[in-house]
Amino acid sequence: MAIPVSYSFRNLWTRRLTTILTAGGMALVVFVFASVLMLAEGLRKTLIETGSYDNVVVIRKASQSEMQSGIDRLQASVVETEPGIAIGPGGKPFLAKELVVIINLPKRGSDKPSNITIRGIGEFSLALRPQVKLAEGRMPKPGSAEVIAGESVAKRFRGAGIGETIRFAMQDWRVVGLFEAGRTGYSSEIWGDADQLMQAFRRPSYSSVLFKLADSGRFAELKDLIENDPRLTLEAKRETRYYSDQSEMMAKFLSVLGISLTVIFSLGAMIGAMITMYAAVANRVAEIGTLRALGYQRRNILAAFLLESMFLGLTGGLIGLLFASFMQFITISTVNWQTFSELAFSFTLTFPIVYQSILFSLVMGFVGGVLPAFRAARMNIVDALRTG
Amino acid sequence: MADTRPIIVEIRNVFKSYRRGSQVVPVLQDITFDIPEGEFLALMGPSGSGKSTLLNLIAGIDKADSGAIRVGGVDITTLSETELAAWRATSVGFIFQFYNLIPVLTAFENVELPLLLTGLSRRQRREHVATALAAVSLSDRVDHYPSQLSGGQQQRVAIARAVVTDPTILVADEPTGDLDRRSAEEILELMERLVHEVGKTIIMVTHDPRAAGKAHIIKQLEKGVLNDHVLSQNPL
Repeated sequence: MAIPVSYSFRNLWTRRLTTILTAGGMALVVFVFASVLMLAEGLRKTLIETGSYDNVVVIRKASQSEMQSGIDRLQASVVETEPGIAIGPGGKPFLAKELVVIINLPKRGSDKPSNITIRGIGEFSLALRPQVKLAEGRMPKPGSAEVIAGESVAKRFRGAGIGETIRFAMQDWRVVGLFEAGRTGYSSEIWGDADQLMQAFRRPSYSSVLFKLADSGRFAELKDLIENDPRLTLEAKRETRYYSDQSEMMAKFLSVLGISLTVIFSLGAMIGAMITMYAAVANRVAEIGTLRALGYQRRNILAAFLLESMFLGLTGGLIGLLFASFMQFITISTVNWQTFSELAFSFTLTFPIVYQSILFSLVMGFVGGVLPAFRAARMNIVDALRTG
Repeated sequence: MADTRPIIVEIRNVFKSYRRGSQVVPVLQDITFDIPEGEFLALMGPSGSGKSTLLNLIAGIDKADSGAIRVGGVDITTLSETELAAWRATSVGFIFQFYNLIPVLTAFENVELPLLLTGLSRRQRREHVATALAAVSLSDRVDHYPSQLSGGQQQRVAIARAVVTDPTILVADEPTGDLDRRSAEEILELMERLVHEVGKTIIMVTHDPRAAGKAHIIKQLEKGVLNDHVLSQNPL
């Protein structure tokens, strides 16, 4: 049988101050580690919420976003007639041909211009996006110079409130409604009639076609059909995939930054743990000799000290996680450099992040404790007892 | 009168030396003697005479260069390190000069420590610990930590820990060396009782003539050689 667990645990408790300081270093690392994972998870969640799995976005081949894409009216009509598109209200294909343009508008208060996405919508644009709801006012009338604005746009941009007018594309546009889109990317957009906007911006083509699948399982078939049609130069992606592709660069940046920070920090924390554990071993030489004399094997000593070090790591891990969990109250709003549109997301703590953080802290404790534990286990009994 | 007691420790032609740099320093030279069961033996001698080394060899925490040491019929010089540790757990009880209790464990847990290496159930362990602590009159101190006990009490806990597994031999290295006169007296009485009442075999290294005075046999070591002149002060 092994040396009781309480032996390892109480030794940490006995030198509380050292334990807390060392665990504090580890807590910091786990905090950074968990925060980065939470940030990436928040980003992922926001983007998953932005897209629907059953929706398909069609854009020009090799264009990464709607903004760079162009689909002429003829090609858009070909897509419209493809089989496999769900039937919407009134027996029409459940599809929207949309235009996306980035403009800049002055912000309220500072008057500083900032990027904003204008989306030209079709009849079913709102219905295709269940996460977007009209909160106030009404939808713009087709053929009129009316728009609706996302709630966060209305708050932050001059003239974007309901009843106000904004000027772009050499025309005044009246805001007749506000829509609410939660934490999705749409909440930072202005929507108006696609044909009106195409005229105003002198654009001959749409940016994208969005439709709902009649049978979600037959996406691959439809994708083949669109991408292999010689008349079309388009590609089709599931909407969820489309949005996660868009944030790929950002997610990669976040994880590279996060991992490098964590690795550098964790080296420091592990060295800290190692110093603490070496000191612990040095202070308990006679004790180690006694345990060995009583009949405990080298491996028992090794296990006891490793356990102690892992307890230390665990303490740090739990403290770090506790502080990281408070990060959930923070929402980050930033520009997605791939699309120039705004992206708001918050730190999200999930169960896998909790256990990854705990595992990480245990690994730090283990790595920090392994050399001191070996030193303890390798001691000669007689020499160790003499030290006492 | 011929001694009819069975031999519990047999030491045959034991040599032991230490290496100091390139120099080999002989510590024990050709030690041979027997210890019968139920003996209270004191090893005496000046510092550096090798008495502690001899005790360590008998207790199985150090290895002889040559020779044989049989304890309870087991030649411990042939055992591997792992086997030796397992053997110590059941066959040797240790009493140290500085008690060597584990500071973060209570008196109860300290005494229980050697029992964790046996196959005893939790309940059996509790009973054994209670008996051992009662034998050293510390039943009322089970939940005390070593720092809450006096030196004499700590040494009594250590004795309880040494006897709790009912080992073949008890080895004591200067058991009274760190105690005041009264506590030392108590500890020696306790050890005497273990020999007389329970029939334990005790091998004790000491400088203290009073401690040695309680022993039945005193063996003198001088420069690693056993002095054949045996003082038998308290024959049974």
